[in-house]
This record gives sequence, C-alpha cells and structure tokens, in this order.
Amino acid sequence: MSKKMKTLVSVLLVALFLIFLNILVALRVIDEYTTQVLTIAGINVIIALGLNLISGFTGQLSLGHAGFMAVGAYTTAALMMKLNFPIFFAVIGGALMSAMFGFLIGLPTLRLHGDYLAIVTLGFGEIIRVVMINLPDITGGPAGLKGIPTYTTNFFWRPVLSFALVYLALALVVLFLSNLLKSSHGKAIISIREDEIAANAMGINVFYNKIFAFTISAFIGGLGGALYAPFFGYLSPNMFNFQKSVEFLIIVVLGGMGNLTGTVLAGIGLTYLQEFLRFLKDYRLVIYPMILIIVMIYQPSGIMGLFKNKEFSITSLVERLSGKGPSREESSDQAGDVQ
Amino acid sequence: MDYLQQFCQQTLNGMSLGSIYALLALGYTMVYGIVKLINFAHGDILMVGAFVSYFFLRRWGITPVTLMLSFLPAMLFCLTLGVLIEKICYKPLRDQPRINTLITAIGVSFFLENGARVIPGIGPNPRVFPTLSAVNYTLLGVNISQVQILVFIVAIILMVLLNYIVSFTKIGKAMRAVSFDKGAAYLMGINVDRVISFTFVLGSSLAAAAGILFASSYPQIEPYMGTMPGMKAFIAAVLGGIGSIPGAVLGGFILGVAETLAKGFLSSQLSDAIAFGLLIIILVVKPSGLLGKPMGEKV
Repeated sequence: MSKKMKTLVSVLLVALFLIFLNILVALRVIDEYTTQVLTIAGINVIIALGLNLISGFTGQLSLGHAGFMAVGAYTTAALMMKLNFPIFFAVIGGALMSAMFGFLIGLPTLRLHGDYLAIVTLGFGEIIRVVMINLPDITGGPAGLKGIPTYTTNFFWRPVLSFALVYLALALVVLFLSNLLKSSHGKAIISIREDEIAANAMGINVFYNKIFAFTISAFIGGLGGALYAPFFGYLSPNMFNFQKSVEFLIIVVLGGMGNLTGTVLAGIGLTYLQEFLRFLKDYRLVIYPMILIIVMIYQPSGIMGLFKNKEFSITSLVERLSGKGPSREESSDQAGDVQ
Repeated sequence: MDYLQQFCQQTLNGMSLGSIYALLALGYTMVYGIVKLINFAHGDILMVGAFVSYFFLRRWGITPVTLMLSFLPAMLFCLTLGVLIEKICYKPLRDQPRINTLITAIGVSFFLENGARVIPGIGPNPRVFPTLSAVNYTLLGVNISQVQILVFIVAIILMVLLNYIVSFTKIGKAMRAVSFDKGAAYLMGINVDRVISFTFVLGSSLAAAAGILFASSYPQIEPYMGTMPGMKAFIAAVLGGIGSIPGAVLGGFILGVAETLAKGFLSSQLSDAIAFGLLIIILVVKPSGLLGKPMGEKV
C-alpha cells in the first residue's frame, strides 16, 4: 500500500469512527450526561495536548495553562457577545488571542529555566485571573459572564453538535501535533528537551524554538478555552485558577510526558474518574490526590511508560490490518495519530 | 503628615504580615536548598497548625498563656506530619525527575486541604479563631495591636533560634553541607536522610507557628486558608533568592510591606496581581533572587 493510500485510509478510519460516535450520541445510545462528560474530557485533552507540547516535548514546565484557557474562552465570548462574530470566527479569534498572549509572555520568561519558569508561568496564570476579575465590562467580574451564545439553541442537537465540534478539533490538534513533531521543528524541540546545551551547539536556535513551541501551546490551550465558552455558556474567572492548571499538568504527567496517546487516554480517563467518583461526595476530593500520589510513586513514567512510551498509530494499524489480516481491533477511544 | 502617618501604619502592618510570610518562606527555602523541591504542601501545613491550635484553645480557653502554650502541640503535630509526608511521599521519588516530585507535592497539598474538609470536626465552613481582646498601643500616631506585638516577638525568637541551629550546631552544619553538595556530604559520612527529615522538622514547625500567628491576625480559619499565604511565602522565598535563609526573611518582609502598601494605596483587588508581578520582574531581571547565589550552568 502506498503512503498516500495509507494516510487516506487512516483519515477515513478516524472520520468514520467520529461519525460513528456522533451517531451514537445523536441516537442517545450514549446518554446526555455521558456525552457532556466526554465533551469536557475532549476539551481537557485538547488543552493538555497543548501543555504536553511545551512541558512534555520541549521540557519547559508551565504551571499557568488555565490562564491561556481563560484568555481563549473570554475572547471568544466577547467576540460573540460584543462584536457579534459568528461562532467559528470567534473560536479562531480566541485561540489567536491566546497565542498572542503566549508569544508576549514567552518573550521575557522563556529565558528562565526549570523551576523558575514554572513559577513565572504560575504567576502569569494568576495575574490573568486577577485581571479578569477586575475587568467587569468584558468578563462580568467575579460574578462571572452569563448568557454566552451556545453552539445551537436546539435542545436535541446541542450536545451532539458540541461533541462533534470538540472531537473534530481534537482530531485536528492530534493530527497537527503528530505531524509537527516529525518535522524538523519538532525534532529541534525534542532535542532542546534532551539537552539544551548540546542542541545549541548543534546550531539549533533554542530560544526561537522555545517561543515557537510556547506560542503553539498557548494557541491550543486557547482553542480549548474557546470551545469551552459556547459549550458551557457561562464563565467565571475562578474556573481558571491554579488548580485548573494543575489538572492539565496531572493529565500530561499521568499519561506520560512527551506522549500524545497517553495524554488522550489520561485526559478522558481522569475526567471520567472525577465524575465516576462523585458518589463518594466530598471524599472524592481526598481519593483523587491519593490516586495521584500513588501513581507518581509506583508508576512515575505515566501509563504510557507501561507500553515503552510508544505512540498509538492508526497508519501502522492500517498497515497491520492490510498486511497480516485483522490482528487487533481498534480499541482505543479515539487516537487520531495519523502517522 | 496624614499621608505619612498612613504610610507608616501600612508599613507596620506590612512588617507584621511580612514576618509571617518570612516564617513560612524559611520552610520553602530550606527544603528547596536541600532536596530541590518546591514543597507545595507547605502552605497547608500552616492550615493544619492553625487548626491544632484552634482545638487546643477551644479546649483550654483563650488567655495569653494558653495561646503561647498552643504553639507546642501545633508545632509537634506539624513536624510529625511534615516528616511523615517526606518519608511516605517524597523519599521514594528522590531519584525521579523533579516534575514527578513536584506533582506529588501538589497531590499532598490537595490531600491535606480536602482531607481537612471531610474530617467531621473541621468541615468546609470557615470558623472563627479565638483571639485575645484587642488592645492597641499608639506610638507617634501609629497603632500597634497586641497581636502584632505577639507576631513580631514570636517571629524574631523563632528566626534567632533557627539561625542558631543552622549556623552553630552540628546538624545545622550537616544541613549546609548537604545543601552545598549532597553526594559529597554523603561520602563524608553525613546521614543525608536524617538531615532531610530534620529540614522538614524545622520547616513544618515554623509553618505551624506561622499558622497560629496568621490565624491570630486574620481570625478566620478554613481548610483552604493555607493556599494564598503558601504561594506568597513561596514568592518571598524566590524574591530573596531560594535556598538562602536570610533571603527568605528579607523576601518575606519586602513582600508583606509591598502587599499592604498596594492594598492601602492602589487597589485591594489587584494586590495579588502586584505580588505576582513583583515576582516576575525579579525573576526576569535577577533570576537568582536578591541574596541568592547565581548558579552557573554545568555541562
């Protein structure tokens, strides 16, 4: 099978899988509650993927990604409510605004290393949140912003459309990232994580590549926030606090730093786990950090460490299916790693 | 004159808040100096200390004597907790990448906060911390309250004590050695594990004391009360140069004064943003902090 053919088949497979899921949602085989959880999971995964690019692949720890999510979400809401942008352009606008913030924040801070960078990003995340609270004209202030237009007002189609759009965006992000990481930019980024000084000595412009990764990471984080605003219809600055940033980091680390498949699995798994543990009421809040600590102690390389950090790839799956006959079912929820 | 008077008053209030930050920042800086870990759970130790003292005072009533006595159970409880956290959660991860330990620390922090929330005796609702009846002394037109005097006295005693331990005792010397070069210290026959445990003992008991002082100054306690002071103290530690003990004290005072001045003269809501802004400026201009040693990059 030629390369083009493989790619085509892979894209078709992913598309078919997404359409299949959407039909399940539309027929309410997956009930509305689960759909909502899955949609939130999808948004979490998108933002965590962005975080993974800068923290997992570039090795620059960021503790303020909720800030980018906030920028994306509020920009989208403002574009729709104040300037009457159509949803599609508002979402793009939100992501672009977040990318701009990423670029501006990255310029001074990415010269710092390790823990210092982590703290500065934490600081910026908090500053963004505090400023949001103090801009009541745009953000509704501490009480939050109500009445953001949703994807559709139709009760039947609303969960379906939200789900479809979020997962479409997720598939595109995965496709973009997995291709980016194989490009020369991607190789440069990974070499910075492995050894910054050696990368520099080999002629890689370390600072430029860091800014590049950080801006894209902020773009993806903002995209997640932008998708979140019309899905939820309500925003409050305290949704985007430090704990939220940590949630994304937990997804990345639990899935395995520098592994896209892991992030997708961990993001969906953890979001579901949080919902699943709801029957424990407040004890849920104790169990969740305990799971986190135990995983960190006994499986510090994350879940994909169990699989030697391999990426799930649909193309190689297609190859195997065509070559040796059906040897494995498509079991993963949706890893659109077209490789 | 009025303006100047207000300025002095705010500075004094800031010094009082700053000495609490300084006590907390000392714990951050010592732990960072020795195990290179940002101990995110440190702020929550403050909360635990405040609650232990709260239960002690509820049992024995509030007098200046019981308030001073309540430092004892609070510090003992917290140092035990600190050592347990280190042994159970951080020690197994010592050879792992630092981000894993960092996340574990965040996990411990959430665990303490939410654990306090579900314990029947504590619960999520804020409680009023018992305080001594307010007595104010006026000096040159500046008010100083009894609580502020207590804060200054306790903070100074503890800082002097800490300085003595670190500078003049054998274990203090071992701490400095481990922070300078862990491997070499180990080869010289220093029990590194014991030194690390001792660091957590010192840090946690200071945090407990800071908790009681904080609760006395702002008499409302709840499970999440430690988050903000914890972060501020951390900023203070970075400001002064993380790993440096005098730096932590200096950073604590600067941050406390800057915060109250910002609250008094600029905007009370933006004061947190100002604290973080200060942190960013310092880090970008002088990443090693005011008193920190610049670290060269090793190849």
